[in-house]
Amino acid sequence: MAAKKKVNDYGGDLIKTGRGAKTPMKTFTRLLKYSFLRNKFATACVVVFVLLASVANVTAASRVSVITTELIAHQSNADMSLVYSNIIMMACIYAVGAISSFSYNLIMMYIAQGTLRKMRDDMFATMQTLPLQYFDTHTHGDLMSLYTNDVDTMRQLLTQTIPQLISSMLTLIAVLAFMIMYSVTLLLVVLVVLTGIVFATKFIGGRSAKYYLANQKALGALNGYVEEMTEGQKVIKVFCHEEKARAAFREVNDRLNDAGSIANGYAFLMGPINNNLGYLQYVLVALAGILIMAFGGEQGLLSIYCGIQNAGEANRLALMAGMLVSFLMYTRQFNMPVMQVSQQFSAIVMALAGAERIFEMMDTTPEDEGGEITLTHGEVEDGGWAWKKPLPDGSCEYIPLKGDIRFNDVVFGYKPEKVILKHISLYARPGQKIAFVGSTGAGKTTITNLINRFYDIQSGTITYDGINIRDIKKSDLRRSLGIVLQDTHLFTGTVMDNIRYGRLEATDEECINAAKLANADSFITHLPDGYQTMLKGDGANLSQGQRQLLAIARAMVSQCPVIILDEATSSIDTRTEKLIEQGMDKLMEGRTVFVIAHRLSTVRNSHAIMVLDHGEIIERGNHEQLIEQKGKYYQLYTGAFELE
Amino acid sequence: MIKRLLKSVREYKTASIIVPVLMAVEAIMEIVIPFLMTFIVGELQRVAEGVEEQVDINVIAIVSTLMILCAVIALVSGSVGAKLAAKASCGFAHNLREDMYNNLQTFSFANIDNYSTASLITRITTDVTNVQNAYQMAIRMLVRAPILFIASIIMTVVIEPVMALIFAGAALVLGVVVAFCMFRVVPYFRTMFKKYDNLNSVVQENLTAIRVVKSYVREDKEISKMKVATGDVYTYSVKAERILTIMMPSVMLVMFVVNIIILTMGSNMYVGNLGGGIQPSELQTLIQYSAQILSGVMMVAMCLNFIALSRGSAERIVQVLDETTTLPNPEHAVKEVGDGSIDFENVEFRYSQKADVAVLKNINLHIDAGEMIGIIGATGSGKTSLVSLIPRLYDTSKGTVKVGGIDVKEYDLEELRNSVAMVLQKNVLFSGTISENLRWGDENATDEQIKEAAEQACADEFIQNLPGKYNYDLGQGGVNVSGGQKQRLCIARALLKHPKIIIFDDSTSAVDTKTDATIRENLRKYAPDTTKIIIAQRIASVQDADKIIVLDEGRISGIGTHDELVKNNAIYREVYESQIKGGEE
Repeated sequence: MAAKKKVNDYGGDLIKTGRGAKTPMKTFTRLLKYSFLRNKFATACVVVFVLLASVANVTAASRVSVITTELIAHQSNADMSLVYSNIIMMACIYAVGAISSFSYNLIMMYIAQGTLRKMRDDMFATMQTLPLQYFDTHTHGDLMSLYTNDVDTMRQLLTQTIPQLISSMLTLIAVLAFMIMYSVTLLLVVLVVLTGIVFATKFIGGRSAKYYLANQKALGALNGYVEEMTEGQKVIKVFCHEEKARAAFREVNDRLNDAGSIANGYAFLMGPINNNLGYLQYVLVALAGILIMAFGGEQGLLSIYCGIQNAGEANRLALMAGMLVSFLMYTRQFNMPVMQVSQQFSAIVMALAGAERIFEMMDTTPEDEGGEITLTHGEVEDGGWAWKKPLPDGSCEYIPLKGDIRFNDVVFGYKPEKVILKHISLYARPGQKIAFVGSTGAGKTTITNLINRFYDIQSGTITYDGINIRDIKKSDLRRSLGIVLQDTHLFTGTVMDNIRYGRLEATDEECINAAKLANADSFITHLPDGYQTMLKGDGANLSQGQRQLLAIARAMVSQCPVIILDEATSSIDTRTEKLIEQGMDKLMEGRTVFVIAHRLSTVRNSHAIMVLDHGEIIERGNHEQLIEQKGKYYQLYTGAFELE
Repeated sequence: MIKRLLKSVREYKTASIIVPVLMAVEAIMEIVIPFLMTFIVGELQRVAEGVEEQVDINVIAIVSTLMILCAVIALVSGSVGAKLAAKASCGFAHNLREDMYNNLQTFSFANIDNYSTASLITRITTDVTNVQNAYQMAIRMLVRAPILFIASIIMTVVIEPVMALIFAGAALVLGVVVAFCMFRVVPYFRTMFKKYDNLNSVVQENLTAIRVVKSYVREDKEISKMKVATGDVYTYSVKAERILTIMMPSVMLVMFVVNIIILTMGSNMYVGNLGGGIQPSELQTLIQYSAQILSGVMMVAMCLNFIALSRGSAERIVQVLDETTTLPNPEHAVKEVGDGSIDFENVEFRYSQKADVAVLKNINLHIDAGEMIGIIGATGSGKTSLVSLIPRLYDTSKGTVKVGGIDVKEYDLEELRNSVAMVLQKNVLFSGTISENLRWGDENATDEQIKEAAEQACADEFIQNLPGKYNYDLGQGGVNVSGGQKQRLCIARALLKHPKIIIFDDSTSAVDTKTDATIRENLRKYAPDTTKIIIAQRIASVQDADKIIVLDEGRISGIGTHDELVKNNAIYREVYESQIKGGEE
């Protein structure tokens, strides 16, 4: 395993590093495209319904003033039919509004949930294509929170904020139009306070967004801490380290609390401040209007209408007062959407930060797919495996798969400046069993990581049956190699499922046969439900050795022409190992096997043994030859040399 | 369940009580301000109607001042309330997480096996966040909304009692709708959270096993697995939210109906067709109140929405909080472990009561203090299970295990485990430096003591070659050192405890034979009184032990020295011979 990213500091200076989305507008546009372009029709419907709903809201309110004006104007002689017709109109408008609101809420919910689902699927599909370096440099906790915490921030944005934004904008424009028609002077007063509201929103929203990001980061850090410590919970128990674990958790937890309190404090502040600024606006508008009235200002100053209608002094005041009443009502209506938008501010900032993290992951360059040569089975005369090489003229050349692997002058390092393999050349002939021994840092596992192109070499070539592995399609290259890795990992599912993972079309019988060959059958049949026993949490209910046996069975069922065993039997007792070896020999007749082990009994009867030291092959040959050489292998064998 | 959660409010109780009060003040101001507005509007309307010739500046000035005063009061109480609400809700979440984690630390091995890491992470983060949101909503809105409601009703009564009845009726209808939605939605959310766990575990599994996935080219299979998981989350989220989308429009609908009734009745009252006096300006106020009352109800609905969402989460949190360890500390615990002698008396062990196969059967064994014991056996023969009983990581199903002549169940757990050091097979190092990791064994260890332990574990040599030496950073899970180096660090960590019993569970499998032998030699030399139990695959690792136990399918097949077993025990002889031939020795 290559070095994973170091996680030693669970979120030190969060506030300083917490920052908003780098390119908010770009991210926002992309998010909109991502969410709505797939659902063009539904989106159009949402826009129409939102439009209808907000128009309904505004016009319904205007009916109220028509009714009250009529009542005031004619007192008890009011034209009731006019009143009723207006009420009926209002009812119709309301009905349209309610239906529209229900419709867009429902459609939006489907769009939002669909988008979240697609987002998770897309992220996962992308993740599967990423090169191993990506996983080496990101912690699990952090990647996991992309799927939960970050995706969740999007839900509020899509289901609530966006429809709210559309409807608020519409309402705002409509109200603004009415206001301009009534009075430009008073509108100026409104705009002055509005500027204050915008500033307040920007300031408070900005602070709150900043601390929200710190909060998300702290949450991620807590996530990471719990993940690492829970994985090692049994060690904590054995060392009675509970108090220490608690203390460290408290620290991470406190930091989250600090950031969270401030972030939420600012967010909650937005409501009272903007709300009361709204009241101030109302008072100011009223005062301004009354002052204009009282000091006999030009009629046109208060209202365009009053200017047009040239009325007498008494009537003039009455008209002006009437206009002011209407304008005050619009002021109230104007404040509503402004409030709503400002309250969504922090949600938008948070969602954009989440979206940016998600897109960043989706944009990571995937592992290249490799060359054009593919693996076929049964297409050549002898019905075996073959490489299919497309030729320029459209025909194909078939090269039988033998398992001949050669390294020519290979240089490799996980980081370019730190070379791990220095000018390695080696060859494995078909049907041979090649073993690598050497200290753990010597580069044994690295060699297998290069054969299946988990990592790419810096110079030199690796050929497979004479073909440069770069020319082979990566998935086909890997399909031809059965690898049992040093770290055994099993999946949630039955024992049978886990064995079948090696070859999905394998029958139950084939799986059981493989288990028998791997000597796993006897312990499996002792499990509560035999082959149908559910494995959970990476096979936590099995012993280390049993997990390795399953991993070997999984590789055996795959029927790959080449098998690589990387310390595959380290936790298995030697007696069982011997039995597995016999099974393996039967299975691998004529195929190539690479074995990595530190236990010399495991490698002894290999055709060739390579002794690796500090990235170089220092000795090669079979057991007898190497013993005769009396070199490092001999020293190892006699226990005179430390194998580490 | 809610009571259980609220226990964690603790020091934030005061804030949690003050917040609703402040919210109530703010809410009252929000009622008063529109009421004051009616004076301004009324004054203007009188002018518009020609009742008055001039606007009474005094009235306007007084009302405006009052309005601004009220706005200031609302602002202050709102702002302080906001800060306190944030403090209280975040603090509550903080305490919940702490309580959960604290309880998690009391879990026994059997408890730990019940929870996957992914599930614990979701519980401590996502679930707590959900509960936090609900709590925040509850303290801010649940008081405020009813006050808005009651005050509006009172105001309405002042204007016209009949209208108040209409409002009350409307609120009742809404209450029923909301309650119905809640009732329907909770089970869906509960299922959704389970699906969420699945999704999380698919992601986690793929992260840890990405090499397996890639080696077998199973990306497509995993993607389709994920699609099932995200599809399930989608299905249940949609089912739940579909019900919730009905809520808001129905609130709107009710509001609209109320408005129409008010207008119809109001205008009829005004013209005298109906009893009751009402002014057109009051009509407008009433419509404003209706918006306010129903937005109050809407807020309660939204609160309940959050609470519904958090119910599933709350249940999952309580599960962790209420999980009691399967290994409780005895009441009059023995605080001192006498010596390192160990006895097994008729021990039988199975991991769960349901398991029909016992992992260990009929184990009888006596080990003297200071002895070196080897354990050999095939994969799955019960070696790890056997030694796990000594530091009481699990309890026996039958029979007793004694350490220092006293049943392990009578010891104080911490004391027992401090005396019995176990180097686990699946061992873990943590992020941090080497010396930080080694200090797990003894936090007060001096640098010399650490070096000494490392020397005994044959680790000092390679540590000296690392950049930074004892300050070398190990990375998560100790990924920056090799397997064999990791094992030796784990041994050094255990040695620092200066235990009475030390257990190596296949702890030198990646260490070469020579170093392995040196470590054992050091153990004999520096810890002569410590009982040493060594599980190994290699005969060489146990050959020189005072006694070797051969385990076979959960039973003791033989006990004796190497020479005795080679003579008398078929299994042991076979293993020995296979390794001799294998060239290990």
